[in-house]
Amino acid sequence: MDILKFITAGSVDDGKSTLIGRLLYDSEAILADQLEALHASNRKNDDGTIDLAILTDGLKAEREQGITIDVAYKYFETDKRKFIIADAPGHIQYTRNMVTGASNAALAIILIDARKGVVEQTTRHSFLVSLLQLPQVVVAVNKMDMVNYSQEVFDNIVADYKKLAAKVGLDNVTYIPVSALKGDNIVYNSANISWYTGDSLLQHLENVEIKIDDSYAHARFPVQWVVRPQTDALHDYRGYAGRVASGAFKVNDRVTVLPSGVTSTIAKIELFDKEPAEALAGMSVTVHLQDNVDVSRGDIIVNTAGQPQLSSVIEADLCWMDTRQLDTSLTYLLQHNTKTIRCKIREVVYKININTLEKDYDEDFKLNDIGRVVLRTAEPLAFDPYQENKANGGAIIIDSRTNVTIGALMLRQSVE
Amino acid sequence: MSKYRLDYLDELEAEAIYILREVAGQFEKPALLFSGGKDSITLVHLALKAFRPGKFPFPLVHIDTGHNFEETITYRDEMIARIGEKLIVGNVQDSIDEGKVIEQKGKNASRNALQTVTLLDTIAKHQFDACIGGARRDEEKARAKERIFSVRDEFGQWDPKRQRPELWDIYNGKIHKGENVRVFPISNWTELDVWNYIRRENIPLPTIYFAHQRDCITRNGQLMAASPFLNMDDDDVIERKNVRFRTVGDMTCTAAVESYAFEIDDIIDEIASSKISERGARMDDKVSEAAMEERKKGGYF
Repeated sequence: MDILKFITAGSVDDGKSTLIGRLLYDSEAILADQLEALHASNRKNDDGTIDLAILTDGLKAEREQGITIDVAYKYFETDKRKFIIADAPGHIQYTRNMVTGASNAALAIILIDARKGVVEQTTRHSFLVSLLQLPQVVVAVNKMDMVNYSQEVFDNIVADYKKLAAKVGLDNVTYIPVSALKGDNIVYNSANISWYTGDSLLQHLENVEIKIDDSYAHARFPVQWVVRPQTDALHDYRGYAGRVASGAFKVNDRVTVLPSGVTSTIAKIELFDKEPAEALAGMSVTVHLQDNVDVSRGDIIVNTAGQPQLSSVIEADLCWMDTRQLDTSLTYLLQHNTKTIRCKIREVVYKININTLEKDYDEDFKLNDIGRVVLRTAEPLAFDPYQENKANGGAIIIDSRTNVTIGALMLRQSVE
Repeated sequence: MSKYRLDYLDELEAEAIYILREVAGQFEKPALLFSGGKDSITLVHLALKAFRPGKFPFPLVHIDTGHNFEETITYRDEMIARIGEKLIVGNVQDSIDEGKVIEQKGKNASRNALQTVTLLDTIAKHQFDACIGGARRDEEKARAKERIFSVRDEFGQWDPKRQRPELWDIYNGKIHKGENVRVFPISNWTELDVWNYIRRENIPLPTIYFAHQRDCITRNGQLMAASPFLNMDDDDVIERKNVRFRTVGDMTCTAAVESYAFEIDDIIDEIASSKISERGARMDDKVSEAAMEERKKGGYF
């Protein structure tokens, strides 16, 4: 059994919380004491049924204001798969939360209100899902009960969305007509929508294939920690501990340590008391090299035959996440895998109006703004273009005055 | 490209090891908070996988309310002897003796709330900049929104509205002096995941997790272990029951469940078919709907 992490994009008005609540409720992921609390709540739907949205809004502060202020994680499982839902609010002021949720997800559910069709925020959500390179997208056309389960309404929305998908560059889109409120096509196929013969949302989530990049060309191993017991028995033991970010390594692979460029060969791979011959993307292991080379935290070990770009002037897409606006005169910190270095945003090339996808040449980069920038790092960074290899193409910006994470970078290419 | 090949337990394990190593790499004085419960026992096992054959780059810290199940302390001391790592104990009794906290009175008196003060004092005394804990997001609504690296100010406070965005697998552990980070490597595990992992890895546990005979009283619909730490009166009737504990905390706030699960397989079957969440057995969460949120804001773990 594997794990699927997914994000739901939509606003309260689209019934996003109700959809998640319905998924949890109908897949029997809610336990009796939680159910008891749910039934005890005063919030009910107009028809007197329990408001399933309550299951997703966590904090007192949120309940008081009737909003979702942050990403909440929900867990459930079926016989086929385990699921982690990152529930992020969809309003524009929470773009950063959606970017955060999407950064760790393999699939996005984009909610569209059947009565409204493709609207401005659909564009915004789709653009973000494309920017963050989520491999799978589900467009859930919700509130089908409010349009008499009309196939024509659904077909028109699908046709509209296909144009948008082409514009933002989204592949692998699956369309499902649903009613979260009534439970149509969420867990069970619906008799109300007999013209739809595809999987229900849950069936799709259970069966969708998520691929991992296990190519040797993208073998990337950021070193987190050097294990050196320095005891009499293990005097010469020197293991490089880390998690394979992408690709695969095997014993005897020729490897290069970056940024130094020193080469060696993998002598041994350890996983506690085991010695696997191969380490795949996602595995936390300890790697031993044949030669006594200088490797420390922040270095990245790669397959010599497939090297990343190495540069200190890099073009990137940036999402700004702080109330203080971007200042091109300031030195920030950039964290990329296990490496933290100083950087400056040298230039704002353009911003994107994420509602219309038009370019904007206003240089003020504020909270929730997204655009193209050129940055300069204090040392060369060994990265892959985010579009080709997410695991080695994302980075964060930290304000060295406040220590807060203030930006998400999707690195594109060296422009040195 | 190929399909996911990591089994979910392998994936969760790899993620937790990665997070533990990030703590080692990013902080100068980290600590692992050890309660004697199954979640922190799992953390110790993961730390062995993350750092052996080297030593842990942090000590274990136990905040001792003095109201422990004896079995927990026996287990703790045996485990420390087995793994050969350093243990620091912060005593709630010391905080009481120093007048920093006042013991609660009355029937529902518990030292659970007092331990936050002892924890913060222990952090300050040893200048820990990161504290690793075994909390999981599936436990409770406030936890569901907490980051894996959760920054606390010098009063230990969690501010849900001012959390740092946490992108990809990049954890920002940069803090100012006096602040510290609570780190939750098994955030993404469920209760059942922990049990399945304990079974797979053959991790020994304190005996109170398994069904045994014990004198209990019923309070607010929950079974509590009769002990000298529980203020009892004539209304309390002691009954001998077959019970086990789903979580292990202070004796005054951890409820037992009636159970005949003597082996780990029985426990997993029991939990899989159970209809009550784990924290449903914690009196401390029952106080109000926002109980955990308020305590976390106050520096609770």
